[in-house]
Amino acid sequence: MSRDNILHKVRTALGRSAAQAVADVPPVRLRVPEAAMEDRIALMMARVEALAGKAVRVPTMEAAREFVAGIIAGKTAVASNAPYLEECGVTGLPGVRSGIREVGELTEVCAKVDIGITSADYALSDTGTLVMLASPAESRLVSLLPPAHLAVVPVERILTGLDELFTILPNPAAQTSSMVLITGPSRTADIEQILVRGVHGPGQVTVVIVG
Amino acid sequence: MGNQVSLFVTCMVDQLFPKVGMAMADVLERLGYRVDFPEGQTCCGQPAFNSGYRAEARTVARHFLKTFEASERIVVPSGSCTAMVTHHFAELFQKEPETLALVHAMEKKVYEFATFLTEVAGVEDVGARMEDVVTFHDGCHGLRELGIKSAPRRLLAHVKGLELREMVPAEECCGFGGTFAVKFAELSGAMARTKIEAILGTGANTVVSLDPSCLMQIQGALSRAGLNVRTMHLAEVLASR
Amino acid sequence: MSVEFDQKIHDTLANASLQLAIYTATGRLKEKRIEVTAENVLPDYQELRTQANALKKHTIDNLDHYLEEFERNVEAYGGKVVYCKDATEVSDFVLDLAKRRGSKLIVKSKSMTTEEVDLNERLEHHGLESVETDLGEYILQLAHEKPYHIVAPALHKTRYDVADLFTKALHVARETVPEKLTLIARGVLREKFLKADIGISGANFLIADSGAVVLVENEGNARLTTSAPKIHVAVAGIEKVIPRARDLAVFLKLLARSATGQLLSVYTSFLAGPRRVGEVDGPEEFYVVLLDNGRTRLLPDRSKRESLYCIRCGACLNTCPVYRKIGGHSFPWVYSGPIGAIITPQFMGISHEPALPFASSLCGACGEVCPVKIDIPKVLLELRGDVKKMEAREGQNRMEKLAFRVFAWVMTHPRIYEMAGRLAASVAPAGDGKWIGSLPAPMSVGPMKAWLSERDLPPSPSKSFREMWRNR
Repeated sequence: MSRDNILHKVRTALGRSAAQAVADVPPVRLRVPEAAMEDRIALMMARVEALAGKAVRVPTMEAAREFVAGIIAGKTAVASNAPYLEECGVTGLPGVRSGIREVGELTEVCAKVDIGITSADYALSDTGTLVMLASPAESRLVSLLPPAHLAVVPVERILTGLDELFTILPNPAAQTSSMVLITGPSRTADIEQILVRGVHGPGQVTVVIVG
Repeated sequence: MGNQVSLFVTCMVDQLFPKVGMAMADVLERLGYRVDFPEGQTCCGQPAFNSGYRAEARTVARHFLKTFEASERIVVPSGSCTAMVTHHFAELFQKEPETLALVHAMEKKVYEFATFLTEVAGVEDVGARMEDVVTFHDGCHGLRELGIKSAPRRLLAHVKGLELREMVPAEECCGFGGTFAVKFAELSGAMARTKIEAILGTGANTVVSLDPSCLMQIQGALSRAGLNVRTMHLAEVLASR
Repeated sequence: MSVEFDQKIHDTLANASLQLAIYTATGRLKEKRIEVTAENVLPDYQELRTQANALKKHTIDNLDHYLEEFERNVEAYGGKVVYCKDATEVSDFVLDLAKRRGSKLIVKSKSMTTEEVDLNERLEHHGLESVETDLGEYILQLAHEKPYHIVAPALHKTRYDVADLFTKALHVARETVPEKLTLIARGVLREKFLKADIGISGANFLIADSGAVVLVENEGNARLTTSAPKIHVAVAGIEKVIPRARDLAVFLKLLARSATGQLLSVYTSFLAGPRRVGEVDGPEEFYVVLLDNGRTRLLPDRSKRESLYCIRCGACLNTCPVYRKIGGHSFPWVYSGPIGAIITPQFMGISHEPALPFASSLCGACGEVCPVKIDIPKVLLELRGDVKKMEAREGQNRMEKLAFRVFAWVMTHPRIYEMAGRLAASVAPAGDGKWIGSLPAPMSVGPMKAWLSERDLPPSPSKSFREMWRNR
């Protein structure tokens, strides 16, 4: 069993004894800047666009539903179980599969459809990021397997950035087994440094900001 | 204290580029300094230190400390040799508190030439004139260990008739690196050629630097390539009339 | 210097298209890093570097504490931690797991740590299929090569090389457009993702207070590797642990900027244990392999210990004038560039390639860009000292040792120094003030010959400085 051997080696090398206390962790200052909601929204949209994603703002949940309806017309889609999507009426749109709670079925559907629709737990305006926590409401695969990802996010979930996220959520593991930060479409530059979008994850990301 | 300064010309200037040392003394004297040359001086020990021979480097460093103990201020025509004293001597004497105290006292007295002019003498215009288009090569140790970037440029900006053109990239190594230049000669030569491309890109006639060792590498490669671009130490430019 | 090292450097320097590829790719990555770390874009860049350094120092100095905390939390969330001392233990663990679960197919996301232990080769040797899914790594797996660069593994491959590899291995029509090649790989690998039972990832960070593995990537293959298969195994060096989730606010701001010039990489996954009750998808089993493989060997040295702070961003490679000439495969192990030059001798022992710490002009560019402020030039200098001590012990390189003893003696005897200088000047050609292109055969030896192989020599001046000074 290498566990005890390795830990013993580490302690001997560092001159520490088992269960010896440690000094306080160096402080990390998290700075949450004052930023008006309108500025957050504007920056979020600009960042998403800069990453070759699409960002739109709609005034109401009904408008969100209409926008989504326009996007998915003639295509197939899967929606996550996020209550917000249901409230918006997105899950009831024609061509949208939703309410899937079994992993086999979810995988099969996600692998086939054109678009995966989710909400997001937070958005980070200064990087154009969507923050997705796995839960009964949000799965991992809906934002991952389909070639396009569409996220419907109410304005009040837009944070300034990483510092605010970790201020609000200092311990993500207490809530979820998976928190994913999504910053733009999947991409690679592994062949001659030429940027190609949509390698393994969605090549298109659309963020619909509601409110 | 006053206007006395000691020269540490470095072994390379002493043996290969004496005019650089004379030019430096000339500039300092013209600014009103009384210049002395402690005869016991040889080398800072960097060649041994960089080659992994720490005991030998320590021996030479001790000699340096003794030679310059009485000097109030020491001016050096090399960023690299200055950094050896101010940044690496202390590493050599971690286990000798008494010598370490001497090292720390020495660190405060040793100045790279351009820094001495702008920080201590407080001058940027030394009254030099040189009709030429030049480019400036940042020696790595001066740039990164001593943080020298603007001082030589400010001094060059005041040389009448001189036009400075920056090379791109400016901060990439010329490939000298002491014994690296001969242990990895082919690689070092390739690095020098990349530097030369950057130099040629400026259209300058002259490459100026604070370090004789970089200039030896660059001039050696320019000469080998048959290119008609010359190299000059900053002191030689500032001594021009 | 080993013949192999010398030869690889020579071959790379002599390959003009490869020279251009390396220089262009690293130059682009370097420029992008400079843009996003500029004072006006990220005013607290230097403060972040200082914080990152302090966090890493604190964690490494108390590593056992944070490993145990990490382990407790992984287990609290239903995962399992497996300590492995070397490559064999890692592959034995995976083989045993695969056997117990009846798995034949494994998908892998990019991990330098698994490259370090040749995991694919070992698994394949035992009849498992282990597929790299990062596009660059997939290309290299088909080519049977190791990564050329920590973050841009296939930077030495052209689109035509990739086209050849795909045509041969996948029996597809030849395509040479990067978009199309990428689509081919997507199709092939998508099937593997959906069939595999085990996904093996690396880890950019291990979070002690959360029992979490953090993965940073752009393609989505790490997300797929850790989401689709039933079992997720993360393989990480023991030095990857950091204390708290919130520390990521520091490291994530630095990592992508330093690596690729992005503000954040496309996907950052924070994974704590297997799928929980109520969650719809995710792995059923979650393992973290903590690998030593030589790391504990460099903990005792307080100074060189900082080599373990590395977050594998590759910034030091992109800025290094040596890497930019000799590329990744000249280096004797999977880690290349300045960071490779300091960790290889410490992980593998300095005798693995004693010349490695000397393959640097000590320009310091690496230390300047390191996001966790590893003083790479300082460690290189210390390793050079270690090499010389080893040589002295083993009675190697005696002539050089003697030369430096003579050097030290001469330099502490000014009169001798002056005489030696005069003697050298008297035999050196004056060259009429012109630089010297060649020396007579008996003089053109050793360092002189090496210098002259690439450059001219300065003419010997008629008088030394001290003579001029006395005469003025």
